[in-house]
Amino acid sequence: MREDELFDIEMRLLLDGVRLVYGHDFTEYAEASIRRRVTQWLSSSKFATLSEAQAQVLRDPEVFDSLLRGITVNVSEMFRDPHFFKVFRQQVIPYLKTWPFVKIWLAGCATGEEAYSLAILLEEEGLAERCRIYATDLNGAVLETARKGIYHLRDMQRYTRNYLASGGRASFSDYYSALYDHAIMASRLAERMVFAAHSLATDAGFGEMHVVFCRNVLIYFKPSLKERVLRLFNGCILSGGFLCLGVKETIDGRDVACQYDELAPNIRIYRKRYEAPEKKTVR
Amino acid sequence: MKRPKKKRSVKAVVIGVSTGGVEALRTVLMALPASFPLPVMVVAHIAPESGSGLARLLDDLCSIRVKEADEFETAVPGTVYLAPANYHLQVEAGGVLTLSVDAPVSYARPSADVLFETAAAAYGDELAGVILTGAGGDGARGLEKVRRMGGIVVVQHPDDAECSSMPLQSLMLVRPDYVVPLKDVASLLIELAGTSAHHEKECTYAE
Ligand SMILES: C[S@@+](CC[C@H](N)C(=O)[O-])C[C@H]1O[C@@H](n2cnc3c(N)ncnc32)[C@H](O)[C@@H]1O
Repeated sequence: MREDELFDIEMRLLLDGVRLVYGHDFTEYAEASIRRRVTQWLSSSKFATLSEAQAQVLRDPEVFDSLLRGITVNVSEMFRDPHFFKVFRQQVIPYLKTWPFVKIWLAGCATGEEAYSLAILLEEEGLAERCRIYATDLNGAVLETARKGIYHLRDMQRYTRNYLASGGRASFSDYYSALYDHAIMASRLAERMVFAAHSLATDAGFGEMHVVFCRNVLIYFKPSLKERVLRLFNGCILSGGFLCLGVKETIDGRDVACQYDELAPNIRIYRKRYEAPEKKTVR
Repeated sequence: MKRPKKKRSVKAVVIGVSTGGVEALRTVLMALPASFPLPVMVVAHIAPESGSGLARLLDDLCSIRVKEADEFETAVPGTVYLAPANYHLQVEAGGVLTLSVDAPVSYARPSADVLFETAAAAYGDELAGVILTGAGGDGARGLEKVRRMGGIVVVQHPDDAECSSMPLQSLMLVRPDYVVPLKDVASLLIELAGTSAHHEKECTYAE
């Protein structure tokens, strides 16, 4: 058997084992990306083959932890896709202002850059007091980074550009203090954030939400898992609420699509319709 | 530097290009017919701001259809798929295209290495990998994987490239099947694609 075929079989066995032992389900992730990540993790580990790694992964939670960190893609940035944030500011914020309290769920928040971006935007719009951000991720280690809100100073130049392009009103440097090569986000921004470990593949919903962000997470899921996750979100989002996806993700062709309107073309902000008054069927 | 032509079917083409990419892609893609019988996946390093502009520009100029790749779309013949800015483009089994925001590979996102490696896993020896002009070394490792899986390796002649670095890096790592000037790339691809059609015909007759 060819080496790559063998590797694929080993990977399937490993992911099945991980699901059975730890309850983390990666079996419905698109293969190309996860194969690359697992390959990388293996070459940085002390194991020669996945079969060899399997025994340790399944028996030693610490080894599993390193695998988990290795295979989740936690890349993020502040105000990623500035145009998205601009449209959010212009077209979603006015609706949020009409609600007395706004609950926002960031699913797959990674290291928290998106949560801080949103907190900045909400503060500038005078909504900070009224909003709560629930930021969740499968990978507990990245939540720790998100909680701390400490990033590389070298990235701030790029984030400042993004911030300005997204319609930011102040000076981005007002939101962090520099210390050596770190940028420490202003602690008030995190005051209304709640961080929690949550898996979209296996956990239940998260209560009623006005807005759900899930950007650049669904691209890693096979259609079957994507369908499940969108149904999960749909169960949480209130009528008139919003679902925000990454710029290359859509709900087109998915079951829930008929309940949403896209706010602007190719921005991937969807608004949930108010249900038509249900006809009572009398039997 | 030509090696004897291989009698083998080709099911897909992947192209990696960087500096000088717009011109190079114009030259190659404008010379492909709308009926080109294979899907073509392309990683071009372009500024993130340019968005899907390049796909639209090329689509207007070329007779073959050019579009930006969408998540989970199945690659079909006669279509060129460009990796979106800021996303890696990957090929899954069965020619399904997926996107990822994994960290840059070889300093690039999209990265030709990622495209080539995943496409080689998906198409095995039925893939042709093409490296054109560009700075840096993205694509060389991917091309090596194409070769290892038995696919066909095509590199633009470094003397002919606006920027010779990518072709040179590839040639340092991989023994090519073809080293050609830009103007001959399209006709080579048509020939390789034709070989596959011809090959299929032979099989049908044999049955
Ligand atoms: C590429 S990051 C996206 C970060 C951010 N939303 C953005 O767009 O910049 C994807 C995140 O999704 C998380 N993730 C992957 N699978 C998950 C799952 N089943 N449940 C929850 N989070 C998941 C990963 O741990 C990772 O942090």
